[in-house]
Amino acid sequence: MEFLAMGGYGYYVWGSYGMTALVLALELVSLRARRGRAVAHLRAGGLDHPAAPLAEVLR
Amino acid sequence: MAASNKYKLSSPAAFYPVAGRMIPWFGASAAVLAAIGLWIGLWLAPTDFAQGDAYRIIFIHVPAAWMSMFIYLVMAFWSALGLGFNTRLSAMMAQSLAPTGALMTLIALFTGSLWGRPTWGTYWAWDARMTSELILLFLYLGIIALRNAIDDPRRADRACAVLSLVGAINVPIIYFSVRWWNTLHQGSSVSLSAAPRMAAVMLAGMLILAFAAWFYTIAVALCRVRVIMLERESGSGWVSELFALNIVHLKKA
Repeated sequence: MEFLAMGGYGYYVWGSYGMTALVLALELVSLRARRGRAVAHLRAGGLDHPAAPLAEVLR
Repeated sequence: MAASNKYKLSSPAAFYPVAGRMIPWFGASAAVLAAIGLWIGLWLAPTDFAQGDAYRIIFIHVPAAWMSMFIYLVMAFWSALGLGFNTRLSAMMAQSLAPTGALMTLIALFTGSLWGRPTWGTYWAWDARMTSELILLFLYLGIIALRNAIDDPRRADRACAVLSLVGAINVPIIYFSVRWWNTLHQGSSVSLSAAPRMAAVMLAGMLILAFAAWFYTIAVALCRVRVIMLERESGSGWVSELFALNIVHLKKA
């Protein structure tokens, strides 16, 4: 419990570590999904120039 | 013969399997180093006399801030190479680094803000260090958006390369900002030219996490560059061959 409290700075410390873990996890998940789409596209025959929608900006 | 070997890896077809073999090693190294670094940073390192436990944020803030600048320089390097030699792989390497660079910048800004609140009494100030780091985030996002706005990948490569090289001027500005201007952000606690102004165990934790961030970035960038190759070279022979082989392999299993 004392460990989690971080001497009263728990909000800031765990907020930082938690945000970092979340962002890195999101990067890995979205990269995996992007790979899945690329592979599915190729399995389906594949076009020469697949469109890259703007929604993929942060992938 | 020697010359052809030297340039062999610069073709996506040759680099794709090599990158695939390297990813697990870099990924595993990153995981092990991160585990050790977090154990040191959160558990082993003592509470700071002046800052209390809030200082533990710097164990991720400093490595993320270093990476945000370094990734940009590497991206600019690949961009310059791509512009100069017109190589597809260099441009793809630059393309694969931008999202991870943007994330590292975001982490540096976010954790810095959460550290600044209890330590300086504010989440944000428009000082030179913080403002130039925010501009770095906009540069990364601008490069990603520019690529998405241009349909022809080779034209996008050149446009992004030019923007990356122009934006590189911001990196020394970030780095030296704490010396050139009076900033709320303090000067560096670690430099190559002087003894570090922090306890050995804290320095060890920070450096180990910096290496973890390095290996993570390499693993993710290699992973992404492989996906970019599949997306961009989907019409080429080597990708079709790769998938023909995979499908045969899957049918056997």
